[in-house]
Amino acid sequence: MQIAVLAGFALAILVPLLSRWCGGRTGLILALYPASIAFWLVSLAPEVLQSGGIYFEQAWAPSLGLSLSFWLDGLSLLFGLLISGIGTLIIIYASGYLHGHPQLARFYVLILSFMSSMLGVVMADGLMTLFVFWELTSITSYLLIGFNHEDAAARKSALQGLLVTFTGGLALMSGLILLNVVGGSWSLQTLLNDGETLREHALYLPMLLCLLGGAFTKSAQFPFHFWLPNAMAAPTPVSAYLHSATMVKAGIYLMARLQPGLGGTEAWTTILCVIGAITMVVGAFLAIRFTGIKKVLAYSTVMALGTLTMLLGIGGEAAMIAFVTFLTAHSLYKGALFMVAGALDHETGTKDIDEMGGLCRFMPVTAACAFVAALSLGGVIPLFGFVAKELLFEAVLDAPRFTGFLIGMSLLASVLVVAAAGIVALRPFFGALKETPKTPHEAPPSMLAGPCVLAGLSLVLGFMPWLAGDGLLNAAAGAVMGTEVVTDLYLWHGLNTALMMSMVSLGVGLLVCWRWPGVRGVIHRFSPVLDRGPEAGYWKLMDLLVRVAEWQTRLLQSGYMRNYLILTLLSFTGLTGYTLLVRHGPVFDLALDVRLQEVVVALVIAASAIVACMMRSRLAAVAAAGVMGFGIALIFLLFSAPDLAITQLLIETLTVILLILVLFRMPQFSSLSTPMERVRDMFVAIITGGLMTLLMLTVLGQDLFTSISEYMIDNSVPLGHGHNIVNVILVDFRALDTLGEIFVLSLAAIGVLAMLRLQAKERKTP
Amino acid sequence: MEPIMAVVIGVIYATAIYMMLRRSIVKLVIGLILISNAANLLIFATAGMTRDAPPLIPMNGGPMAEVIADPLPQALVLTAIVIAFGVLSFAVVLIRRAYQIVGVDDMDQMKDTDT
Amino acid sequence: MKTGTLILSVAAQTLVPLQVLFSLFLLLRGHDEPGGGFIAGLVVAGAFALHQFVNGPEATRRLLRVDPRDCIGFGLLLGVGSALPAWWQGEAFLTAQWWEVPGLGLKLSTPLIFDIGVYLVVLGSVLTAVITLTEVDKDET
Repeated sequence: MQIAVLAGFALAILVPLLSRWCGGRTGLILALYPASIAFWLVSLAPEVLQSGGIYFEQAWAPSLGLSLSFWLDGLSLLFGLLISGIGTLIIIYASGYLHGHPQLARFYVLILSFMSSMLGVVMADGLMTLFVFWELTSITSYLLIGFNHEDAAARKSALQGLLVTFTGGLALMSGLILLNVVGGSWSLQTLLNDGETLREHALYLPMLLCLLGGAFTKSAQFPFHFWLPNAMAAPTPVSAYLHSATMVKAGIYLMARLQPGLGGTEAWTTILCVIGAITMVVGAFLAIRFTGIKKVLAYSTVMALGTLTMLLGIGGEAAMIAFVTFLTAHSLYKGALFMVAGALDHETGTKDIDEMGGLCRFMPVTAACAFVAALSLGGVIPLFGFVAKELLFEAVLDAPRFTGFLIGMSLLASVLVVAAAGIVALRPFFGALKETPKTPHEAPPSMLAGPCVLAGLSLVLGFMPWLAGDGLLNAAAGAVMGTEVVTDLYLWHGLNTALMMSMVSLGVGLLVCWRWPGVRGVIHRFSPVLDRGPEAGYWKLMDLLVRVAEWQTRLLQSGYMRNYLILTLLSFTGLTGYTLLVRHGPVFDLALDVRLQEVVVALVIAASAIVACMMRSRLAAVAAAGVMGFGIALIFLLFSAPDLAITQLLIETLTVILLILVLFRMPQFSSLSTPMERVRDMFVAIITGGLMTLLMLTVLGQDLFTSISEYMIDNSVPLGHGHNIVNVILVDFRALDTLGEIFVLSLAAIGVLAMLRLQAKERKTP
Repeated sequence: MEPIMAVVIGVIYATAIYMMLRRSIVKLVIGLILISNAANLLIFATAGMTRDAPPLIPMNGGPMAEVIADPLPQALVLTAIVIAFGVLSFAVVLIRRAYQIVGVDDMDQMKDTDT
Repeated sequence: MKTGTLILSVAAQTLVPLQVLFSLFLLLRGHDEPGGGFIAGLVVAGAFALHQFVNGPEATRRLLRVDPRDCIGFGLLLGVGSALPAWWQGEAFLTAQWWEVPGLGLKLSTPLIFDIGVYLVVLGSVLTAVITLTEVDKDET
């Protein structure tokens, strides 16, 4: 399982090579990765459905209880299939859409990494595993949204998405940590099995708010919905992928995942229902306000996300079935519609619906796909979207709380969505032919494959919903519920209230679509109000941030190093010294056990340090520092640290070499300070040095806690197979620290090299 | 021995900070050398200083000394010494480079040169 | 560029190979007696620094055959690489693994590989700094 998830990253590394070898066919080859994941998931499906989940764990830092662990159950399986299945189509689609783009390879790298991160999110079992992959999706999606990085607007939107989702990520992290504190485990599976403890704990509400903060920002719930439409600055394959099946669904996934553990409480129902319903209507309303085809789709996505959140809030079996069905239906038709929008943009050169018309003659296949997908979006019989919508209405009608409010909101939203569907699918293709920047023609096959497959699936599943329903959707709904769910899906539910609501929304929606320009005119009058939405708040906040940063920089950053140093040192001595005196008082154990030669060495060290700072010549100062270094080596030798003594001696030698090479290219010491400054500096130096002495004397006087060295001494031979304990610690017990240290050393050396090489180059090319 | 070392360490810290506060940039380098040595000694001495009992386990399986020196701070200091050298070489080259570009060795004047 | 005096260059001729040998000795015995990757790396870096003072940076580069920069990279690779076998065994990252080489009674282990990595990084870092500095110095004068 870990191989499946991590292979994407490995493959991403190989993309540049691959694209050099295979040229234009790279996309098709890379599409094999998600395709194989999809097949692999399908092959696992029977096992998952039977056993309720497959678990995999790899120890990482067992002492902290952290491990890399994955868990595949019905919900993960559904998401995994959507991610890998649509991912396959998207990569094929992108190879056509971005054909000949100079940075196609970079696109593949990013989309593969993103895909892997998404798979990681939906299969993660460890809280930290989940969080890491979650943040990885934020980072990779940032790079994907900002793919056209030479465009300022794209950069700005990408940054906006990043900031919003990262803020949410921070909330999520606190939430996950709280979850660990409350539930006492890092494993989602364990935690959710013990939902009772979680729900009754005093920290339930803060924990819930933090977790939902993460989910809402990611899934663009009101009032964070604004980043999603802005993210349309990305190339269309990215939008299609991120906003149909993946990125924004991560938040939905998280809520669904947590539902069995945290769901069902009053707070959960209220927040999710209200926010979900508001998001749904706001999204649907804003969708018909715009003429850019991608904007319309983006806002209708916001609407869908709101619906999903609302369904999770309602809870109960009907709502859960509606949830998984709507989720699947939405992924299918929205993916298809985005790809159609991309095809339109690609072949006509415009994104504005007002500038398109009569295109069905030139692009019949595209038109057919758009038509089918839009019918599904509008929830028209006999498409899968209709099944989902019926279930949605039924769930809302059965809602235990806020029933009236939710029915009204759902009806309003679906009217508006029908209108949006009509706008996207009818207006560009029918009616009078309009001049477009490019002569329209049918898109290449690679760009048609995706929409055709997805629209086809919407149609097939509409007629035969049990294909998906019996196994997969029931298992997924069961995972969300926490109990087993057996519900059969039908296309025709009979003549009931839900169907009436569907008909009403269809009729009114088409009316809105027909009178669209007029409706837009009316909405346009409210623009000043709409522009004051949450997005304006976001920009205000950003401005404020910059201003506060400027103000505090001007206040604190004088630009003189010694001011920083003095400030830091004085605060240190003040705070530490105060604490030391108040809490502990000057109690020292001054028991002396010394030998003459040791005292002499100590005196030499102290004296040479003082000499080093009194010398007027560089050579003398370096020499004095060297004497001090050798003195320290002697101390190490006298006090049973042979390894340290050798190291110190060698380093002293190398230091002298280094200083000779560099320092004597530098000017002589110069006397720049006034006597007053000297006194001031001496004062700071002496009180800091004095405090260090006091601190050390205090620490020596008491045993604070038992040393962990005992363990290392006892286990050096049995576990480490080494007799030099210091070395065993370095390369075995604390090898991770050492690894970090050699990285630091390498960085320092590379820094030196870079500075010197740069200089050498500058000289050659003045 | 430790109380004496405490005083010695205090002295090294004081001299190091005094040197780091000077305006002449070359003196900063000496300050850096001093302060890293002071820190190493501090870690080493705070853990307690033991004579003639290096943290080595006899190869022939013979008995170990009652009290042996604490190996952990030694391991920490060992890497710290090497890292300090790495950092020192980086700082020294940086200072040299800054001096070449700006052409002054006074920290106060460096502040005002935006090159 | 020959900068060394006669005494220095004669001494270097004998000292450098001895130091290199000694460093290998320190490296290999480091697990049981004073020594180890850091110390051995410093010793050998000192040896090449001495060689460089006597014979100039070009000669040292020739003697080394590999760029010290590559030593850093290779050392880091060994360091990280030694962490992975434990993963293979299903244990936590960086858990030490020991293998007996049959017949010789020699013990091969990931800590040893790790220590060799440390050795190479120290060697590479110090030499990168020293050699580059000397070369730049020479360019200036």
